[in-house]
Amino acid sequence: MIVMNQNSKPSPAEGGVLEAPKRTLFQENWNLFRKNRLAMAGLVVFVIFFIIAVGGFFLTYGRSPVFDPALVRLQEKLRPPLSKPNLETLKPEELPRLGIYLFGTDDLGRDVFSRMLQGAWVSLTVGFVAVGIAVIIGIILGGIAGYYGSGQISLGHLLASVLVGGGIIGILLGETAVGVLLVLLGAAVAAVLIRMGNSKGKGPIPMGFSVLFFNLFSVDVLITGLIDIMLCFPVFFLILTVVALIPSKIHYIMIVIGLTSWMGSARFIRAEFLSLRELDFVTAAKALGVSDWRIIFRHMVPNAMSPVLVSATIGIASAILIEAGLSFLGFGDASYATWGNILSSGKDFLFDAPWLTFVPGFAVLTVVLAFNLFGEGLRDVLNPKLKERH
Amino acid sequence: MADQGTDHSVLLVKGLKKYFPVRRGFLQKVIGWIKAVDGVDLEIGQGKTLGLVGESGCGKTTVGQLILRLIEADAGQIVFRDQDITAFPPEEMKPLRKEMQIIFQDPFGSLNPRMTVGQSIEEGLRTLDEGGRPWRRKRIRELLEMVGMPPNVDDRYPHEFSGGQRQRIGIARALSVEPSLIICDEPVSALDVSIQAQIINLLEDLQAKLGLSYLFIAHDLNVVEYISDAVAVMYLGQLMAYGPAELIYDQPLHPYTRALLSAVPVPEPGRSREWEPLGGDVPSPFNPPPGCKFQGRCPLVEDRCRREEIQFYPVEDGRRVRCWKVLGK
Repeated sequence: MIVMNQNSKPSPAEGGVLEAPKRTLFQENWNLFRKNRLAMAGLVVFVIFFIIAVGGFFLTYGRSPVFDPALVRLQEKLRPPLSKPNLETLKPEELPRLGIYLFGTDDLGRDVFSRMLQGAWVSLTVGFVAVGIAVIIGIILGGIAGYYGSGQISLGHLLASVLVGGGIIGILLGETAVGVLLVLLGAAVAAVLIRMGNSKGKGPIPMGFSVLFFNLFSVDVLITGLIDIMLCFPVFFLILTVVALIPSKIHYIMIVIGLTSWMGSARFIRAEFLSLRELDFVTAAKALGVSDWRIIFRHMVPNAMSPVLVSATIGIASAILIEAGLSFLGFGDASYATWGNILSSGKDFLFDAPWLTFVPGFAVLTVVLAFNLFGEGLRDVLNPKLKERH
Repeated sequence: MADQGTDHSVLLVKGLKKYFPVRRGFLQKVIGWIKAVDGVDLEIGQGKTLGLVGESGCGKTTVGQLILRLIEADAGQIVFRDQDITAFPPEEMKPLRKEMQIIFQDPFGSLNPRMTVGQSIEEGLRTLDEGGRPWRRKRIRELLEMVGMPPNVDDRYPHEFSGGQRQRIGIARALSVEPSLIICDEPVSALDVSIQAQIINLLEDLQAKLGLSYLFIAHDLNVVEYISDAVAVMYLGQLMAYGPAELIYDQPLHPYTRALLSAVPVPEPGRSREWEPLGGDVPSPFNPPPGCKFQGRCPLVEDRCRREEIQFYPVEDGRRVRCWKVLGK
């Protein structure tokens, strides 16, 4: 028999952590992360790159920027790095701000240092915006698949969404009348579904309408199917095709990269949600009457973010690489200097002006390597199985 | 007894059933059912504790989750304070969520690792629509004190606490909405013995102070004997025995109850056991054979047990037993 005469106050045996200094999860992870030298180096490079890129935006932006990446000085073309400008042939406003060409000039006499600064900003934006889009899509789709995955999609749902989707495409293509008609039809089907769904169980569904409630497949099957289909395409060639069809603006490129790289985070979120859904603290929140919305975003997403964070960090590196690759192949936005198009125009002068390829190439290598090292360090820290070894 | 609700009963459960489909193959065809809960009747009086005992996998936890409407029942009635809540839609269920709460077995999975203790408890207070942040902060401290924790730990994270402390925090969270019924789902099974006693005593103190009713789910007979007024013994989704705790423990009738009691370690060397403990494991609840659920492991089994469904016979002293043989029927 258990000794039951103890009082209900906690004993010292319950642990004496109450006196220990307060440490958040973040502090614990940070202490672990600091021990990983390569990851720390990655983080330092990332921070430096971030500062340079943000600075680069302000220094190269506007009508008369401090460093003008588009200023052509044909008489000064292909000058090697650290060379001094020829003061006699240049107007005073054409002189490089640093007094020398730090990274040399290209075949049009543009200052490579200024172009690299602008390219840093472009690369950073591409990386963050594309990954931001991918992570948001991933959280939404993965979250729906993980939380509402067992919900059934009926013939009626499919009909309504096909009609509305077709209508919107029709409107976009200029067939306004047909498009509006389709959207209205779709809305009508949706309204019928909602009304009937509410009165379900209270009375029989009239004949003919019951076919709308024929269940086809689950939400989970739909979303995982979509992920698998997206993964079938070779991403780079898919992006290349899309970019060839739309105007080559840097914003479109960011969006296209984002729209084609969300599958990883969607899978991570779905997998995490499937296991989190069964945990007691989620059950407790349901029992307390917390709303689904709050359970998903306050209880589940924060606990599901660590693998997404890791894949996002590495995703930034690959987005930068994809953008550089597109620019190199001539599909980039020519109105900005990017590391890819500096590299691309430099390859014609590989033996005469090697700095035109080495400088952007080295920058891409460093930044991508830093992001990958940082991401892997983050993964080690956030993975509880690897934690014990340190 | 579960036949008709008395005036002071908080919860009445009648004929509760939950079958889980087993699917297989490409088309996910249903090939059979797992009868997790197969016709369970329970009643809990105001301020009383009902112990629900059984081996792992017998459906105890499912009963608790069905009562809280965390999963939907397939058949049966759940009556809470004279309201049949079995088919309440979510909106109508919301005010009742404050009345029924749950405490979990695993003190490590029951608290969100990314929320401070205060935030976890606050989740319940938020649903009350009462008072602002200062009121909630004050209430969190009161609740922590009520469960025997220092009130200043509200800004700490769960990983800084031991199992027993976390269990106390889980209790504080359940108390935050001032429920009248708490489902205790094996609340002490994951704790070591001295801490078990503290948590049990805490639960008893709170019951005396706040007039709570408990459904106390456990596989440990000692703990249940100590805390319960009535005890229900469950096997493969059905109740095998039901009655006042003293009677169940002192004069067990059902062969399964006897086997369970004989499996309890006796702190007295040399004392012989009255009945033989069971061998083997609980059989799979997937497509069980007809007849008594306990037939495969029962020492008294006869042909009749394999043929017919055994009734839940009432006994004169207020008990119920699902065995015709010990009653001589």
